[in-house]
Amino acid sequence: MPSRSAKVCVWGIPTTDAAAQTSGGVNPTLRTALPILMVLLAIMVIWYLAAVWMNAPWVRDQAARADTVLTTGDLIRQTPSLDRPVLPAPHQVAMGLWDGIAGQKVTTKRSLVWHAWVTLSATLAGFAIGSLAGILLAVGITHNRAMDLSVMPWAVASQTVPILAIAPMVIVVFASMGVTGLMPKAVIAAWLSLFPVLVGMVKGLRTPDAMQLDPMRSWSASAAQVFWRLRLPSAMPYLFASLKVAVAAALVGTIVGELPAGATAGLGARLLSGSYYGQTIQIWSALFMAAGLAAVLVVVITAVERVTLRRMGLAR
Amino acid sequence: MPEPVISAQGIDLTFQTADGPVHALKDVNLTIDRGDFVSFIGPSGCGKTTFLRTIAALETPTGGRISINGQAPDEARRARAYGYVFQAPGLYPWRTISGNIALPLEIMGFSRAERAERVARVLDLVELSGFGGKYPWQLSGGMQQRASIARALSFDADILLMDEPFGALDEIVRDRLNRALLGLWAKTRKTIAFVTHSIPEAVYLSTKIVVMSPRPGRITRVIDSPLPRHRPLEIRDTPEFIDIAQQVREGLRLGHSYD
Repeated sequence: MPSRSAKVCVWGIPTTDAAAQTSGGVNPTLRTALPILMVLLAIMVIWYLAAVWMNAPWVRDQAARADTVLTTGDLIRQTPSLDRPVLPAPHQVAMGLWDGIAGQKVTTKRSLVWHAWVTLSATLAGFAIGSLAGILLAVGITHNRAMDLSVMPWAVASQTVPILAIAPMVIVVFASMGVTGLMPKAVIAAWLSLFPVLVGMVKGLRTPDAMQLDPMRSWSASAAQVFWRLRLPSAMPYLFASLKVAVAAALVGTIVGELPAGATAGLGARLLSGSYYGQTIQIWSALFMAAGLAAVLVVVITAVERVTLRRMGLAR
Repeated sequence: MPEPVISAQGIDLTFQTADGPVHALKDVNLTIDRGDFVSFIGPSGCGKTTFLRTIAALETPTGGRISINGQAPDEARRARAYGYVFQAPGLYPWRTISGNIALPLEIMGFSRAERAERVARVLDLVELSGFGGKYPWQLSGGMQQRASIARALSFDADILLMDEPFGALDEIVRDRLNRALLGLWAKTRKTIAFVTHSIPEAVYLSTKIVVMSPRPGRITRVIDSPLPRHRPLEIRDTPEFIDIAQQVREGLRLGHSYD
């Protein structure tokens, strides 16, 4: 039996153990976290160097005016802690974020949470409208030849119009009709999130091949039965992939919608007022808040995706 | 007294393709009686699958007449005259085995209770009881193909059309399923039309073997098998069996299938 036991060692569990040991027995969480931490560290180093380099002219200028001699040590000490730096240092942004989130009452305009909520509500409304419209149009396109030929070119054309050009017009047109606040921003967000969902769903609804369609035909299934029992389930993985793109696009659309016409609420307005008054720390805080918001939205959709696909038996 | 269920007269079918017309079937005449087990054998491109699809109204012939139980193919389909087993199992990955088998029943409007009862019955028939809650990817290829046979049997059509159902399986599994299929045929008294590439499979299973040849797809010979309906696997070593296999091979040679 020696050959048999040797086989077990080569193909069986002991080999996996050996493989784990050769990599030093590092615990798996740390092994995946380490590369991420290294990248983060590198970004921090580069960021601090950039902050010193970019803020140096102002510090030197100040020193020259005050007729003081500036040592390299002074330069490195002063550049990352200016009030209105060209590039704020990471710890300044972190403090700005912390102050905006935890240091203010959430109901006031000084709170980043309040601004984030203004942006989020418009994003979610636009995302819902855009995704629903995308799904409905995709269903029409896959079931109606006239729609297939006519809708897609318009959808593509709509996306070639720069959003920065269209956003102020949408805001102005809505304002002239007396509609302000959430709705105009949601329309811009919907405009951006419609396209990825439309393209993804058209692709998804057309995935079933002859192998899957022939049984349906042999049972004389109606178009509605084929849609609910074959096309829609086949499209689910595509739907979730496009929803992730769409939700990020909706957030961008909302922020762009908050830039023009002197809006005072939302992360976009925060970005704009920051740049008016040279509050770079405020700009960067709002920027990171927006990035965090986008990350949370994508994570939520990923979670819904995982649960749905597992329930459908598609996740293994 | 033989009672014809499928009868085809002068069937022609030409596909219009980018490379010009392809003559898939030419003047195909055939009668299949109730309770027959008919195999179609021939090289690739001889039209055996196309003919089966024509019976099922999945293709429309460009000439000739075909009738199933005295009806046109699409009427027969709506009357649920046949179950079709395809080359690939074609199970939907988001449905369990039971869910897949219940799918035609849902489409045909069976009640929930009747669906459950029928699913249990056909699962038992193909020896998959206990696997109803599994997803297709959790089953082997042979088990998936058995599930797809169960799906075709679930609504209890009198005719079973099978397009190379065991083509992708190894010989050991194939032997097992062939024997199971004969058992099923004896138990249910269905009429079966079966497409295959394998001469032993065709001879072992059939009461009638239809030999076809390509370009254009046509029937070169129809062989009636004298073997009894009850067939143990050992029947494959008898002189009668070898004699029929010889006739099939001759028929294939007649159609220049070996050129």
